[in-house]
Amino acid sequence: MTRADAEQIAASPEAVAARLAASRYLADDGLATAIFLAIRLGKPLLLEGAPGVGKTEAAKAVAELLGRELVRLQCYEGIDAAHALYEWNYQRQLLAIRHAGEHEIDIYDDRFLIARPLLQVLRAPEHRVLLVDEIDRSDHEFEALLLEFLSDFQISIPERGTIRAATQPIVILTSNRTRELAEALRRRCVYHWIGYPDAAREAEIIMLRAGDVAEATARAVANAVQQIRARPLAKPPGIAEAVEWANAATILEKGGNPWPEAFRRAIGLLIKDEEDLSAIAPELGRIVEESLA
Amino acid sequence: MSRDLNNPFSPFTGRRCPEGADEGRRQHGQTMALPLTCLPASSPRERGEESLPRAAAPFLGFARLLRRHAFAIAPEQTTSFMQAVTLLGPRSMSDIREAALATLAPSPDRRIEFEAHFRAHFYADARPSIAGEEDEETRIKDDRGTREEESQDPRQEKGGELSSAREQLSSRDFQRDADGLGAFRRRVASALPARRSFRTIRTRSRGTLDLRRSLSEIVSADGDIPSPQLRRRQTVPRKLLLLIDVSGSMKLHTSDYLKLAHAAVQSADRAEVFTFGTRLTRITSALRIRDRDQALARAAVLVDDWDGGTRMGPTLLAFLSVPRFSAFARGAAVVILSDALERGDHADLETAMRRLSARAFRLSLATPLAGDPRFRPATAALRAILPVLDDLVDGSSLKSLTDFILSLARPAPSAEAIWKRVS
Repeated sequence: MTRADAEQIAASPEAVAARLAASRYLADDGLATAIFLAIRLGKPLLLEGAPGVGKTEAAKAVAELLGRELVRLQCYEGIDAAHALYEWNYQRQLLAIRHAGEHEIDIYDDRFLIARPLLQVLRAPEHRVLLVDEIDRSDHEFEALLLEFLSDFQISIPERGTIRAATQPIVILTSNRTRELAEALRRRCVYHWIGYPDAAREAEIIMLRAGDVAEATARAVANAVQQIRARPLAKPPGIAEAVEWANAATILEKGGNPWPEAFRRAIGLLIKDEEDLSAIAPELGRIVEESLA
Repeated sequence: MSRDLNNPFSPFTGRRCPEGADEGRRQHGQTMALPLTCLPASSPRERGEESLPRAAAPFLGFARLLRRHAFAIAPEQTTSFMQAVTLLGPRSMSDIREAALATLAPSPDRRIEFEAHFRAHFYADARPSIAGEEDEETRIKDDRGTREEESQDPRQEKGGELSSAREQLSSRDFQRDADGLGAFRRRVASALPARRSFRTIRTRSRGTLDLRRSLSEIVSADGDIPSPQLRRRQTVPRKLLLLIDVSGSMKLHTSDYLKLAHAAVQSADRAEVFTFGTRLTRITSALRIRDRDQALARAAVLVDDWDGGTRMGPTLLAFLSVPRFSAFARGAAVVILSDALERGDHADLETAMRRLSARAFRLSLATPLAGDPRFRPATAALRAILPVLDDLVDGSSLKSLTDFILSLARPAPSAEAIWKRVS
């Protein structure tokens, strides 16, 4: 797929939103606009938001929308170039040297090069989308490395020279905002903050994502989750948890548990912290009753 | 990528131009006959500000307005903002708003302020009234968005009284080492507890085989295997998180504590400082200012709840409920400087301390009350939190505190064990 194709797919924010919906991802106007702009301006897209609001899912949906493969780079503290860019397969190189004996052998051949996500994307920018997940977990050194990659889209391998992307790849970065990213990185990106959706949209998402959940159930779950999020919890439930809760409650209900009871029993899929559970337990019955009404 | 980004002439400032002398002439109008070769670019769009369409002015103005209000907006962001607006149509005001949000990237904390400026600028609203968020139980203040320029010495006037004040300050500066913080500053960076990083360093002994370097050695030695190259995982200092109680009961000690915090922020790699009383305030970036008196003056302005009451439990819970802040505590050496005299119910305090200790590498409470040899952790609140504390130490003097912080890397018996022995 060429760049022109990508631009054709992203004809307008509405077209992007419609295509995202076709790949089962409901984006609000802001997110659809940000994705549209990222594709058209050829800039990386930086998505920030609380855990569980669907940042990674958004990246997957964008890859699907463009019909490209998603290459994911999960960041962690201490991630370095060997994990992000490339690595030589030393064992094979040594074996090859042994095997070659007196013959000449190029040990920096392609077959000894292990391409890590950034290099993988550089090699086929028109077939791959790069997702740099949870960049806030990496340290500042890696952020600087990434900054260089994002501005030039090239990697220098001392033994091989510089590898440059034929066209500009599409890059999505996500962050949970556990620390502030460098201003230089934010500046280079199209930025979008994903918040929790409102009850109506969340109900739609649950309907779309869960297996076979009745509309009334989805709406009740969305309402209840909104109320639970408003409380001071250590870990407010994300959208993924809400979907699982709706699924689990539906299964329990089919197994013979009446409605409010099914929600209460499945609560372990929504709230996964013992203290939060005990804090919410006294009110849970009332919240569920109100949401069902 | 559009070629506009490579435009040598920034349409926003109109300042950067390869031919500086040429700029003035162009601003006088295009009537002057200019040799064409002098122009930095040939297309009218690239020639400069006066050739930008008139409709672009509000967008440039908006970026300028934001910059005046201490939003960090780079020229290239302004360019992408205008490109985005063009791409989107724009068909409505909401298109412009979304383009602004996506390209100018205001931080989520300042989103409300940003929207107010947007309305003021594009809808010609009255002056934006930007109030703090009142809905939270415990107010949280993050000093991140504040401007560094403001930190310049406010005492610019040449009045007699003021200069005498300055004299006093400098004499205090002179005695800096009298409080023993000089030695602390020099040693704290290396004295903090360390963790093993994922990165490796070359080493001559005690390490694992470094295949990459060994292989290149082998190749350069023509297949011979010289001494193997080793590498070892690097150690990096852990974060230091200081939570300082600024309530009335700690009045005597807060100024000492802030000096200590300033020294820590100046020399330790990653130190964070918060104050709490009835509210929670992050003062780390104020303390990054090198000059101590300026830094402390700036911190003093930030903190709203000096010498008030204490709501230690709720404020610590508020600290933990902001993911960004509670991430500071993860794997860090957390030192709380407080007397832990929680009025009333201490259930919140207990919860907060338990959560903190679950995140922290080491959780310590330094209380000035422990300076008294007769001190025992006897209050209900202290007894409740003692099991989760790693240390309960004397915080009555700078000396004992600095000694304690410098000893954080050394293992010590838990606070409960120590105080059981004493009592």
